[in-house]
Amino acid sequence: MIAVVDYDTGNVGSVLNMLKKVGAKAQVSRDPEVLGHADKLVLPGVGAFDEAIGNLHRFGLWDVLNELVLEQRKPILGVCLGAQLMARTSEEGHRPGFGWLNARIARFRAPEGQQLRVPHMGWNTVTPDKSGGGIFDKVPQPMRFYFVHSFHMVADEPDLQLSTTTYGYPFASALASRNIISMQFHPEKSHKYGLQVYRNFVESFESC
Amino acid sequence: MLKPRVIPCLLLRGRGLYKTVKFGDPKYVGDPVNAVKIFNEKEVDELLLLDITATSEKREPNYELICDIAGECFMPLGYGGAVTSIEQVRKLHRMGVEKVAINTAAYSDRRLVKEACDMFGSSSIVAAIDVKKTFLGKYEVWIEGGRKNTKQDPVKYAEELARLGVGEILVNSIDRDGTQSGYDIALLKKISAAVDTPVIACGGAGSLDHIRQAITEAHVSATAAGSLFVFHGKHKAVLINYPTPGELEKL
Repeated sequence: MIAVVDYDTGNVGSVLNMLKKVGAKAQVSRDPEVLGHADKLVLPGVGAFDEAIGNLHRFGLWDVLNELVLEQRKPILGVCLGAQLMARTSEEGHRPGFGWLNARIARFRAPEGQQLRVPHMGWNTVTPDKSGGGIFDKVPQPMRFYFVHSFHMVADEPDLQLSTTTYGYPFASALASRNIISMQFHPEKSHKYGLQVYRNFVESFESC
Repeated sequence: MLKPRVIPCLLLRGRGLYKTVKFGDPKYVGDPVNAVKIFNEKEVDELLLLDITATSEKREPNYELICDIAGECFMPLGYGGAVTSIEQVRKLHRMGVEKVAINTAAYSDRRLVKEACDMFGSSSIVAAIDVKKTFLGKYEVWIEGGRKNTKQDPVKYAEELARLGVGEILVNSIDRDGTQSGYDIALLKKISAAVDTPVIACGGAGSLDHIRQAITEAHVSATAAGSLFVFHGKHKAVLINYPTPGELEKL
């Protein structure tokens, strides 16, 4: 069973629809017991960084997730804000993130002399930098995914970077380390490209 | 590279899909869930669903239908129509609607817009503005599905909505709606230049050239269209259609 972590800050409906589409048994929950029994976790997220961290604490999920991800090494997919929460810090907020990934979250800044509309919203190309436990296997090429974000991930260890996308400048559109995958884009809203990513996550991803 | 989005805009009246001309004269197009399935197969960039009678009938959004539609949408989905509270926005998000458009309620209650943006994030909230030209050529904001004139200047209003933090501004031209005579480029240009917030053009698209024009001349981030994607030919036979990836590439 795949558990979609419910901390009142996510597009849980879209993620659940996609998991159903790939034939996974999935459940939306914030019950530590349900999360503990799940084979894999999805951490969705839409909204503001500090508010999301606050909710995770309020629902008693902070320690639970640290235990499941760091100690039990359960495969976890973070999406959008859910991906950003896995970093150490964010320029969007003051509270520390989980710090599972040696990365930080920075605001999009227009390169000198250029205009850059923020948020970065729409379909953009994703170029893989490493295999990431096969998470992009069989995804039609060139890979296109749907993005909506004003802040982006910066890997402080180059090995972390799973894929690159360009908006104003190249940035890390996904990171991966061991049992953790973090994706800035929304695979649950990215047609056949995202469908295949979820299928890979559900059927074969263990670690990288 | 980021491509400008091309968004079919579907109008709901009750459980049916309709298309209007200048916000009137609704013509039945078909079953919405079926249409969404077809748009899904055509891999549309995004979908926008507007319930055009919810506000006037003073009722809630049709959650059951929205839920059915969201279950078929593997692309971003926006919904607008009679959204007046934070609770409704939350409920829609949980169903799998990622963008909620607020129109009449945004005009009468700016706090709702601010609160919704703070709570759900800017990218989840779209402000929708319906605009009509007076006969002297002045643009004015209309609300309640084009039935009430606020006399407000759309550029000033868009600036205010942008300051409140909305993620996108949908600019719908009442005069061009359903006419397929091209977007109101002058209006779009003004609004797009006044705000940094992404602008979605709506009303008047009759060809891919019109879409190209809105992108290159008015610098909008996205274009929405109704008739163009549900009708075919001069007799307006119902035919759900969408540009091929190759056609979109050339925009």
